[in-house]
Amino acid sequence: MSVTASFSRRARWRLPEIVFWLLAFAALLLPPGKHLLLNEIAILALFALSLDLILGYAGIISLGHAAFFGTGAYAAGLFCKLVTPDPHTGLAVAIVVAAALGAATSLLVLRGSDLTRLMVTLAVALVLHEVANALPLWTGGADGLQGMTVGPLLGHFDFDLYGRTAYAYSLVTLFVLFLLARRIVHSPFGLSLMAIRRNPLRASALGVPNRSRLIAVYTLSAAYAGAAGALLAQTTAYVSLEVLDFQRSADVLLALIIGGTGWLYGGLAGAIAFKVLQDVLSASAPQFWMFWMGLFLVVLALVGRERLGQGVRGLLAKVMP
Amino acid sequence: MDVALETRNLGKRFGGLVATNGVSFKLERGARHALIGPNGAGKTTFVNLLTGVLAPSAGRVLLEDEDITGLRPETRVRRGLVRTFQINQLFADLTPLETLALAAGERLGYGGRWWPPVGGRTVAREIEHVATRFGLGDVLDRRTDTLPYGKQRLLEIAVAFACAPRVLLLDEPAAGVPAAERQDILDAIAALPADVSVLLIEHDMDLVFSFAQRISVLVDGALLVEGTPAEIEADPRVRAVYLGEAGHG
Repeated sequence: MSVTASFSRRARWRLPEIVFWLLAFAALLLPPGKHLLLNEIAILALFALSLDLILGYAGIISLGHAAFFGTGAYAAGLFCKLVTPDPHTGLAVAIVVAAALGAATSLLVLRGSDLTRLMVTLAVALVLHEVANALPLWTGGADGLQGMTVGPLLGHFDFDLYGRTAYAYSLVTLFVLFLLARRIVHSPFGLSLMAIRRNPLRASALGVPNRSRLIAVYTLSAAYAGAAGALLAQTTAYVSLEVLDFQRSADVLLALIIGGTGWLYGGLAGAIAFKVLQDVLSASAPQFWMFWMGLFLVVLALVGRERLGQGVRGLLAKVMP
Repeated sequence: MDVALETRNLGKRFGGLVATNGVSFKLERGARHALIGPNGAGKTTFVNLLTGVLAPSAGRVLLEDEDITGLRPETRVRRGLVRTFQINQLFADLTPLETLALAAGERLGYGGRWWPPVGGRTVAREIEHVATRFGLGDVLDRRTDTLPYGKQRLLEIAVAFACAPRVLLLDEPAAGVPAAERQDILDAIAALPADVSVLLIEHDMDLVFSFAQRISVLVDGALLVEGTPAEIEADPRVRAVYLGEAGHG
C-alpha cells in the first residue's frame, strides 16, 4: 500500500494533454489566415475554463458570466486609453478589477438553489450591461470604446492584421492560467471544492468551510473571465457592449457543456468545437448557421456526449480498420 | 466525571411542530452512550442541532464546557464534534483515499492550500494509519461506490475518525449492512479509543445493548428516561413506548 504513489498518480501529466498543447503551439507556425479564428478560440477557451472552475468544480451555475468578461474588457480598454498602452499591465489590471467584482458579488451566490443562482448571476450581468450603456462618456455606450492603441507585446511584437501575435499572446496567457488552474484543482483547495459540489452538507461535516472556499473560487473564476475579456479588448483594440451581452454568457455555457464540465479540458475542447462549428456553418449557410448549431446541441443533449463519442469512434474504426 | 457534550433545555420548533422539547442531556467524557427512540421521536433533529446543521429555537449546546450553540458545522468539527451519517452520504465518485485526504487535510489546516498537490507526508501517514485501523488499505484507490456496502460503512466511520473526534456521533452505523460484513463494523466501533466519547443513535437493540453503558430514550422530542441498559430494559415506560411496541425493530 503506497499512499504517496497514489497521490502522485492523481496529478500526473498524461500524453494526450502534452500532445494537445504541442499542437496548440504548433498552430502558431501555420501560414497566415486562421490565426484570427484561433485567437477567438483561445479567448473563448479561457472564458470557458473560468466557468468550469465554478460550475464543474464548485457546482455554481451561472447565466451571467459575461459580467466578469465584460468588466475585464472595459478595464483593459480604459486602462489602455487613459494610463498606458502596455498590454501586460493592462491584462493584470483587468484581472484585478474583475476579481474584485467577483469577490463582491460572490456573496450573492453563496446561498440559494441553482435557480436562485441563475437569476442572481443573470441579474448582475444585466445591471452591468445597463451601467455600461448609461455611461457613454466612459464606455462609448452603444458605439463602443474606440481609439485604443495597444502597445507591442513585450515591447517588441506589434499586433498585426493577421492575428499571429494576437494568437500567441492569447495562447500563452491561456496556457499559463491553465497551468495554474490545473495546479489548483489538484490541490487540497480543489479537492474541497469537488466535495462541496457533490454534497455541501457532507463537506461541512468533514470540517470544510464551504463559504470561504466558494468565495475564493468565485473570485478566481471572475479573475480568469476578466483576463479573457482583456485579451479580446487588447487583440481587437475595441470594446463594445457585446462583451456584456447575455448571448456571451449563454455561448460560454454552451461551449463548456459541449466539452464537458469538471475536467478543465472541457472548456478548451468545447471552445474549439463551438468556434469551428460556428466558422464552418456560418461560411456555408450565413443566415442559417444558428439553426444547425441548435440542431447539433439538441442531438448532443439527447444522445449524450459519451455515446456520441463512442459512435464517432466506432465509425472511424469501420472506415479505418 | 467530566462532561464532553451537554445540551441545556434544547428546543426546536418547526412552525407548530415541536421536534425537540427542552432536552437537557449530558455525555460524559469517554462514554459509550446510546440514544434510542421510536421513529419520529426527533433523533435526527437532535443530531442536527448538536452538529449545527439546524439552529435551535431555545437552549444551548456545550462542547467540553464551551458554548458552541452559535458555531457553524465545520467549526464544531474542528473543535472535535464529528458525526457519521445513517444514509450513505459518501462522495460516490471519489476514492477513499481522496475522501480521507479531505478530512485529514482540513483537520491539519491544509484544506485551503491551493498550490501544493493533495497529499504530503503528514497526510499520507495519517491516511495509512486510519486505513490500517479500519481495514481499508487495499481499496483506497477504488471508486467509493464500487466498494461492498460494509466497506462503505467502515469508510464512513474512518472518515469521521480522520477528523480526530473528541465526541463522535454514530448515526445507525450498521444499518443495511449484510450479516456477513456486520461484525467488521461492530469490531471497528468497539475498538474506538477510550478517550473518544461516543453517542450512538440506533434502532438496532442488539447493537445498543452490546455497546452502550448508558442509554437515553427520546420520545416525542423529549427525554423520557436515562439509565444503564438493565434499568432501561426494566423500565415499564420504555417497554410501553418502545420495546413492547416495536420489539427488535
